[in-house]
Amino acid sequence: MIDDAITRHVARLARLGLTEDEVVRMQHELSAILEYVDQVQGLELADIVPTTHAIPLSNVLREDVPTPSVSAELALREGPNVTADGFTVPRMG
Amino acid sequence: MALTDFSAEEQIAAVVAGETSSVELVAAHLARVEHDEWNSFLAVDRERALARAKEIDGLATRPPLAGVPIAIKDALSTRDLVTTAGSKMLEGFRPIYTATCVARLEAAGAVIIGKTNMDEFAMGSSTENSAYGPTLNPWDLTRVPGGSSGGSASSVAARQVPWSLGSDTGGSIRQPAALCGIVGMKPTYGAISRYGLIAFASSLDQVGPFARTVRDAALLLSHMVGRDPMDATSLEWTEPIRVPSATRLDGVRVGVIEELMSDGIEPGVRAACQSTIDMVEALGGTVVPIALPHAGYGLATYYLIAPAEASANLARFDGIRYGHRTADADVLLEHYERTRAEGFGPEVKRRIMLGTFALSSGYYDAYYGQAQRVRTLIMRDFAEAFAQVDVVASPTSPSTAFRLGERTADPLSMYLSDICTIPISLAGLPSLSIPCGLSEGLPVGLQLAGPAFSENRLLEVAHALELAIGFDDAPQGVGV
Repeated sequence: MIDDAITRHVARLARLGLTEDEVVRMQHELSAILEYVDQVQGLELADIVPTTHAIPLSNVLREDVPTPSVSAELALREGPNVTADGFTVPRMG
Repeated sequence: MALTDFSAEEQIAAVVAGETSSVELVAAHLARVEHDEWNSFLAVDRERALARAKEIDGLATRPPLAGVPIAIKDALSTRDLVTTAGSKMLEGFRPIYTATCVARLEAAGAVIIGKTNMDEFAMGSSTENSAYGPTLNPWDLTRVPGGSSGGSASSVAARQVPWSLGSDTGGSIRQPAALCGIVGMKPTYGAISRYGLIAFASSLDQVGPFARTVRDAALLLSHMVGRDPMDATSLEWTEPIRVPSATRLDGVRVGVIEELMSDGIEPGVRAACQSTIDMVEALGGTVVPIALPHAGYGLATYYLIAPAEASANLARFDGIRYGHRTADADVLLEHYERTRAEGFGPEVKRRIMLGTFALSSGYYDAYYGQAQRVRTLIMRDFAEAFAQVDVVASPTSPSTAFRLGERTADPLSMYLSDICTIPISLAGLPSLSIPCGLSEGLPVGLQLAGPAFSENRLLEVAHALELAIGFDDAPQGVGV
């Protein structure tokens, strides 16, 4: 059910580079997993409300209290490629 | 007995009585951490741990946890202390803040001794998906400790620490606790702030304790629960967590989940669990068989919901702000694809692909949408069960610890390791695993679960059973 084209399309959506070997292996593994999870398709679910969150919560708000921010220096500390005041990014294309 | 054989509670009492000090405790455990034949640890924080212990020893009033050491799963951010989540993607990464639950334990006087090994980004059931090599089970070094919190479980079983923190998305605390012969608890979803927990599947992720006694697990939990402004899903916790003392089960109705005591469970595991269930009536409780008709769909549901959420959460690893960055990519798309190809391991790639597919246009309703509806049915099954019983019981894992390499070739066979824990995770319920005996020399875990917010009753039931079982938690060659 997962063919070569879908595998490549999904990898592109996920911004995940795959080798040719990985494309083949992923196609087989995902097909096997989807074959297993397909059992949920047999259930009558039209009238069932989907659960997004196991514990009911709504409109979780807090007071807007100003607190100190992270310094630019600290925020940039773990960046693998930074300039004095920002993260560097390759050109778009 | 060595200092490292004592429970955390006993260690605290010994400090308070002046029989030992935090420095002595930390040093004794560091000696075992630094001789880590199980590969439990990814980072050790020796200097800071000893400095903190010295500081606590000097205080006029000792904090409640008295400077007893703890290990933290590497999925939890610790400021300035390398945190990798078991991934090459975060090799050398030093967080700029500490997870709320860890900060609360430090404030209560726990001393962080190091970070524990885990399946990469908590995806796995054996700790073999760690980019830094597998953790070994202290009961048998040829076997896995379970996962994903395998290092946290092995470190407690091997007496490198008296207790530790893990995280549980589909069973990642309870299953390794079972396989290592210790106690592991996943509280109600939202009980503990997830702020600073590296996200896997946000509607399921929950932090929880590992310990060698139910009382220690309760004590650790008591210092972590409650609302945190930094996590909008964290819950107000009105009834404090109590350290349990029950020795009887008078009036307690225990439901045995029939679907999880069947053929899919190893006979030795079933036998050990059954012998514990047989103790319930002698302790004053009643045993009722319980059906969860949709539990069998739990695994399929989980393997749509969790990867879908993971694929969104892991989009942040882009090689720009932190973590691995590929060398010399010319354009942005190439930069992303190469960074992620190089940084992620095979299981993480598999789940990102599966989740991206389940969320993609044309498939969303048929997969993610359907899975969320089945999740509703599973929750209803539990609600009906808890109309009849106070707690439900089942094996924690369908098997005892399996051999290294046994399930790595077949992703589905690995996923089946979590068949008993996943339905409870999907329903957001509190649950713990306690050791209930041995099968062919390997520990078996009994899983107990209750309605949301029933932690105190669950801990009392677990404590009474723990006393009745009298499990000897020392693996051969380790400890007393």
